[in-house]
Parts: sequence; C-alpha cells; structure tokens
Amino acid sequence: MAMQNIGRPTQPRAADLENHASLTGGRGLLQDEPLIFELGGWDKTGVDLEPAEHDASDLGDLVRAEPIGLPGLSEPETLRHYVRLSQKNHAIDLALYPLGSCTMKHNPRLNEKAARLAGFADLHPLQPVSTAQGALALMDRLAHWLKTLTGMPAVALTPKAGAHGELCGLLAIKAAHDDAGQGHRRTVLTPTSAHGTNPATAAFVGYQVAEIAQTADGRIDLADLAAKLGPEVAAIMVTNPNTCGLFERDIVEIARLTHAAGAYFYADGANFNAVVGRVKPGDLGVDAMHINLHKTFSTPHGGGGPGAGPVVLSEALAPFAPVPWLVSGPQGFGLIEEPAGEAAQAFGRMCAFQGQMGMFVRAYAYMRSHGADGLRQVAEDAVLNANYVKARLQTAMTPAFPDGPCMHEALFDDSWLEGTGVTTLDLAKALIDEGFHPMTMYFPLVVHGAMLIEPTETEPKRELDRFCEAMLALAKAAKGNDRERLKGAPYLAPMRRLDETLAARKPRLTWRPGTTGVAPAPLAAE
Amino acid sequence: MRYLPLTPDDRAEMLSVIGAPDVEALFRDVPETARNAKLFDLPLHAGELAVERELAGLAAMNRPAGAGPFFCGAGAYRHHVPASVDHLIQRSEFLTSYTPYQPEIAQGTLQVLFEFQTQVAALTGLEVANASMYDGSTACAEAVMMAQRVTRRETAVLSGGLHPHYAATTQTIAHAEGMQIRRLPAAIDAEAAVIEAIDAETACVVVQTPNVFGVATDVTRIAQAAHAAGALLIVVTAEAVSFGLLKSPGAMGADIAVAEGQSIGNALSYGGPYVGLFAAREKHVRQMPGRLCGETADAEGRRGFVLTLSTREQHIRREKATSNICTNSGLCALAFSIHLSLLGETGLRQLAALNHGRARELRDAVAALPGVEVLTPRFFNEIAVRTPGAAAALVEACLADGVVAGVPFSRLDPHAGMDDLLLLAATETTTSDDIAALAAALAKGIR
Repeated sequence: MAMQNIGRPTQPRAADLENHASLTGGRGLLQDEPLIFELGGWDKTGVDLEPAEHDASDLGDLVRAEPIGLPGLSEPETLRHYVRLSQKNHAIDLALYPLGSCTMKHNPRLNEKAARLAGFADLHPLQPVSTAQGALALMDRLAHWLKTLTGMPAVALTPKAGAHGELCGLLAIKAAHDDAGQGHRRTVLTPTSAHGTNPATAAFVGYQVAEIAQTADGRIDLADLAAKLGPEVAAIMVTNPNTCGLFERDIVEIARLTHAAGAYFYADGANFNAVVGRVKPGDLGVDAMHINLHKTFSTPHGGGGPGAGPVVLSEALAPFAPVPWLVSGPQGFGLIEEPAGEAAQAFGRMCAFQGQMGMFVRAYAYMRSHGADGLRQVAEDAVLNANYVKARLQTAMTPAFPDGPCMHEALFDDSWLEGTGVTTLDLAKALIDEGFHPMTMYFPLVVHGAMLIEPTETEPKRELDRFCEAMLALAKAAKGNDRERLKGAPYLAPMRRLDETLAARKPRLTWRPGTTGVAPAPLAAE
Repeated sequence: MRYLPLTPDDRAEMLSVIGAPDVEALFRDVPETARNAKLFDLPLHAGELAVERELAGLAAMNRPAGAGPFFCGAGAYRHHVPASVDHLIQRSEFLTSYTPYQPEIAQGTLQVLFEFQTQVAALTGLEVANASMYDGSTACAEAVMMAQRVTRRETAVLSGGLHPHYAATTQTIAHAEGMQIRRLPAAIDAEAAVIEAIDAETACVVVQTPNVFGVATDVTRIAQAAHAAGALLIVVTAEAVSFGLLKSPGAMGADIAVAEGQSIGNALSYGGPYVGLFAAREKHVRQMPGRLCGETADAEGRRGFVLTLSTREQHIRREKATSNICTNSGLCALAFSIHLSLLGETGLRQLAALNHGRARELRDAVAALPGVEVLTPRFFNEIAVRTPGAAAALVEACLADGVVAGVPFSRLDPHAGMDDLLLLAATETTTSDDIAALAAALAKGIR
C-alpha cells in the first residue's frame, strides 16, 4: 500500500480492499453459493404430498425407470439458496439501471398484487368465455388505451415479447401484400442503427434485408431511402425515437415516401416511452407498431422476461391480425379462435391461447394509475432526465450528436477516451464498482464505442446527480493516472471480470457429476 | 403522481442546467402537428385504492379454477405451487433486473439459468437446454425451424395428436420462414399415419406425448423411422409434470424436446406468461434458438456464469441469427426452477404418481356413465371421452351445477369433426368430491 510521507494511508485502492481475505473464504453478507446439484439433496424434498392411491402398473413400459437426476432441497435450504443468489444481482430497486433501449423503470407493486388476484392468476385459458368476462373486459380496456395512445384503430394482443410483436407485424404486412397481389415484394429496409431483432425478424419472415444510410446528425438519410424504395420493397422498419435517442424529424416524409412506393411502415415501439401521452404514432403514418409492455408500461423485466408485445395496426392491416380476436356482442365478450368468419383473413396464430394476461393486468394497472396526464408526464420527465444527464456529462465525455436535445436516452461515443487505453467496456465495468449498472455499450452500431444511457422518468434528481458524479470521476480517472481502476474493474462486484471467450470456446451448458471445477471440460460441438 | 419523483423545482433546475427554456423545447424535433397540446381522451391519474378497486371488480367477474370442481387441461394445468416460490420470484433482485448482460452483477440470474438448463436437460433426457422460450407452442415452432437448419430440408410433418394451437402456431411461424408444413388430420392414435408420412424430404417429425387427447405413447418407433429417413424427431410435451412418470423424450430417441413448463411453478394466468422448455442433442447446440448460459471463470479463477454462444443471436448476428427471440421467460423459468428444486426427484415422482392416480379415479368415474366412452388407452393425467351429444353444450350445461367440465375438443379444432369429444384433466388439486360432482353433472347433462 502506498503511504503518504506523513504516515497516513492514501485513499485505499479497490484492489487493496479485496486483498483483505477472511479466514474461511466468507465475504460478509455475500455468500458463495454452490449449485443445487452440489447441495447433495438427492433423496430430499421440500414438499409434503399425500401418497398416490394408484400405482402406475397400467402404463407398463411407458414408465420412466432410470433416475431423472434432480436434486431436492428442504424449504429452508431453498429459501437460502435463492436469497443468496438474489444478492448477486443488480436491480432497479437498488440503484439506477441506465440500460439504453431497455427502459428500466420502477415496477409498481400494486401491479404485482393485481396480477395475483385469483380472478386473473387462477384462470384457465380454455375455460368457457362466459366464466372469464372480467378478463376479457380487462383486455378490451387495455386495447382501448393502447389504441388511444397510439392513434391506431386495431391491436393484436397476443405477441409475447417485442421480437414476437415484430414478427406479428411483418406477417400482417406480408398477408396484406399477398392479398393485394404484391407478394413479389421481398425486401425490408432498416436503418443501420436498428435493433438486432429488426433484421432478424425480417429474415425470419423470408425477406431480404437492406440498410438505409444515416445522415451526419443521426437520422435516416431521406435521399438514400427514396433511392432504395422500389417495387420490391415490402416495408420499412424504423424505431422512433431512434436508437441514437433522436426523433426522426422527417418522419412524416418518411411515411409518405414509403406509402407512395406501395410499402408499409413498421415502427419498432421499443422507445415509445419518450413520447407516450404526447405523440400518437398513427399521426405520423405508422401502419404497425409493437409496444413492449415491459418497457413503456413497466411490467417487470424479471431477469430476461416475460415480456409482452401487443401490435397496433392500421385499417389496412387490421383484417390480417392473428387469432384469437376479442369481440363483443349481446352475450358479452367472446373470442374468435379460428381464421374464419369475421377473422377469415387472419394470417394465423402467434401462440397457443390469449397472450400474456399476467402482463396485461400489470400494464393496465400502470396506465390507470398514471392516466392521460401522468403518462404525458412520464414522457416529459424521461426526456428531461436524459437531457440533464447529457448536459452534465458532456463537459467530460463526447455526445455522439451534440447538437440539439436528445429524447429519452443520451448517446456518447468513445472519442473522448482516445489515447487513454481505456475502452467503453472498461468504463462500464468500473461503473459497477461505483454502484451502478452500466449503460448499454457498443450499441447502436453506428457510433464507435457507443454508450447509450437511458435513465427513465422514475429516477429522482439526487440519483441522477450521484450517477453523473460517478461518471465524471471515472472520466477523470481514465484521462489521469488512475487507469488500472478501470482496466481491472470490477473489483467490488460479487465476481471479477468473467472470461466470456473461454465460455464460448468450450461451452459447458449443464452441470454434470464430477465437473465442479473451474476449467470447463470441452463439450463436443459442431 | 406517486411514481414520478421529480418536483417542479427539480424540473426548473434541470432545465437551467440543460439551457432549455421549457420541456417543450426538448420536443422540438417532433413535428408540431403531432405534438398534441391537449391531453388524450383517457381518464386522469388514479390512486392506488381506486385502481385496486377497479381491478378487483374485473377479477370478481371471473370464475377462478379453484372456486369449485374444475377439469380443464389441454395445454395448461392447475397445480399447487408452494408459497415460497411466489415469494422468492418477487425478490427485487430477481423481479426488477434485466437480462444478465453484465455477468459480474447478475450471477444470481445466471446461476439460476445454469441450474434451470441442467434441470430441463435432465427432465427431457437430452444433453443441452436453453434458458427458455416464450411458451410450449412457440418453442415447437422454433424447434421445427431448427430442424430445417440442421437437416437443410424444408418439410415438417406434424402429428394428428399435436395440440391444434401448437400446430397452428408452427404453421404460421415456420411457414413464414419458407417451410412446408404437413399437418396430419387430428387422430387419437396418430403413430401409423406419422410413420407413413415420413419421406426423403422430411426435415422433422413433430409428435406430442402425452398427446392432445391425453394419450401417452412410446415414440421409439417413430424415432427409428425418422432417423432412417435422415429426419429429426421433435417430441412435444404440454404437461411438464408427466416427466416425473413417463419415459423421457431423449430415452425414446428425440433429437429435440420442447415442452410447456407452466405446470411447474407457474399460475394458469389465462394463457400467459408461461415458459417454453427447449432441449436438444449436444451436437446441434450451435443451431439452437434463444439464450444459453455457460460456465466460465473470473479473473481470479473463481467459477462463474455468462450468456454464451451469442453469435447465434439477433443482437450479434442480426439477419443471420438462429431466431429473433430476445426477451424470453426468465422469471417464469425461475419459478419453474425453484418449484423443481423443492420437489426434487422424490417429490416430482410423487407428484406425477398422484396426478396419474387422480386421473385414473376420474377415468373410472366417467367410464361408468351411460353413453360416455373413454377413448384414451394409456394416459398421464388427462383423457378424451366421447359424449352422446356436442361436448360444448355439455360443458355449458355442467356450468349450471358449478362444474367446469373440461375442454370440448371443438374449441381447439372446430374442423376435425370431433364435436362429441371432451378433454378432461385431473391433477393433485382434484379431489374425490370434485370427481363425484363432475360425474353427477355430466350424468344430468347427458339426460
């Protein structure tokens, strides 16, 4: 440890702190936790079930004779295992989670409570519709809010996540083209800055993907778009505000050019939070847009889902919406579950059953709580928070698009790190030591070393200030003589930097007996 | 507004730091015609009590499965979930975290996914499993597309015993990608027709066991026929508890196994969110869809977990990705994994045996009814019965007696000509009194 000449230790370095090892490997409250397979409960169970009254003799050779390989834990051991694991996760409830494009906002617990009411949670998707009128009424109200907020006439509720919604939207577009004798349209245009799901979805539906160039100010290049729109183009897929956090100023013209070329305008609604309650995508010429209920409408991300991705549709696309359709009549609400009758042109079905009902309840509770006024405030505060972070950080870091305001997220590039040897990744990992989840890094692809910061509207100013001070301190360290703090980070997280290359080179995807070491045994792969 | 922390003073101070006169200035890139000066035509904000009241009112208009005798299955099953499961999944660190893109501060989620993958591989009898799909039906569609990538063939044969919604979902999604889908007519015993349909163009055969009619089948012969033709066998399971009693897909020769995992740890929730299980042979791992969690080490050599093989995925591979899936069913996978950890081998086997026993009692009770014929020879916890008239009308009649008497097959497939077919499921939650009430209601409805 470096000493000052007056004999007092300097500010302890993170690396020094972690050298303070305990005697038995403990780390205070942070417990090392084995895998359930190593906890040894091969004949243990944490449930008490009544004995079965019948044997399975009637099943003969269908019975599973060999061991399954499942360990069991008693209830106290189960609680400990998962609570200890939980403590190794960052969460919105702990601190700012500024993942750009992910909209990590507060998740109200009222919504959790409502989704667990027996009348929603203990409802079977195929029980008679006459016994589920409240659920269908809720879906109808949710649909009304989504249609009103987007200015669109129809919505398909069933898609289970954003990418599933994209698929639904493109399938509706494909069906509409086929119906109009335009099945030869084989190309989808997306900007280079698009989410990876956009080209992946277009390819999924069998379309060729072509990229639209971007202007120096981070928007779609209208001339390039006009040049690429032709009789083979089926649709454009555009995120607005785009993934650079900027509103496409020419959006009305983009829609006009697209429609003039006979193509449809699919909007990726991932960034709807920036404009909810203020701007109706229908007014901008959108034909289809998915809405990530787990972003804008705050259903929890749950460590990677579940989400929900309802798709609003224009008049032209509505007839092709997938089944089931929610309809109302003199007997109350009903479901059309086959592509027939009123739904004869439906392009098919996105999934078994009615979609993510549990998420519908949460999203509706969120909308009702905010109301028209609160939702507008959501957009305004989300945009205000992002611009505040941008304003505070641009003294030390380089905004990718310095001119003019951003929307709900602020994008920086890594040109300010040039010559320091520090990368965007290092900065992200060092931010972990400061107590924050890193921003989205290296996305969008159009900006070198991208750092995309989305604070959301549920952050208090104090938390934004704390975050900005951490970023500014790290920027100073990166430019000064304290680079190890970044290059070796994180020091204070539950784990040091993890070797992702090793994991991919020798994939070990399941636990196997006798393989508890840290040097993964190679798994034969193609 | 209780969810919005900024005060008017905060906003004013922040605007001055930004150098903007007002918030409107921050929206200057939005075309003025689209800015909507007026509030939208929707109600204003509401307090927690008011919202709770409205939602409780809507919930009260529904008849929960637990409110009385209840026999619906057909892809979603009412099971008892231990209280600790729902408590644990509501921990902030699980509930309010994102996909584990920063592994150093997401080891909780990642270790759970590694354990989940191992559990799913064990249940299905296959070597590798992914970190979950949306549900069983979309997992089925993804499996068919994976088979196309592996075999470079374009035709999928769907058994007549496959859940019609799974078949429709697969038809919609896999056909969009250019596959030819041969959906065989609905049939209680589908094996012979499936084997008959396999040819040199077949990429995969999709069979469900127990099938949509409840029939538990040894699919080994289908596996042999598929493999002899160079095709893959995809085995679908809609009731995950059956893995505790029946031969695993892997043991019967499946190359890919997909399943609906709702039964373990997750509520019925009117159809979602559920959790799709997806497992395959190790040699096909690089053609799998979805996220995979793998073991690695940190800079100090300690064991840790990361998302891996992401070069298959959309955020890296874009239009060349194996799937467009991004968000999956993380929290439902967690609930599944916790419930299965509580059960363990012993508990799952007991639970499965209990389900089977209840279904035998159900079978015996309805088989004794005049005019009712049980069509399912060997079953796990669900049977198909032929009723004297339209099954849908019978279900409506039973409602008057407070009994939800299963799912009429016509609801799943109105074109199969099986309007007199009724699907009945029993689980550990089904009591002998429930079964007696069902028998009485059916007897009355038939008269």
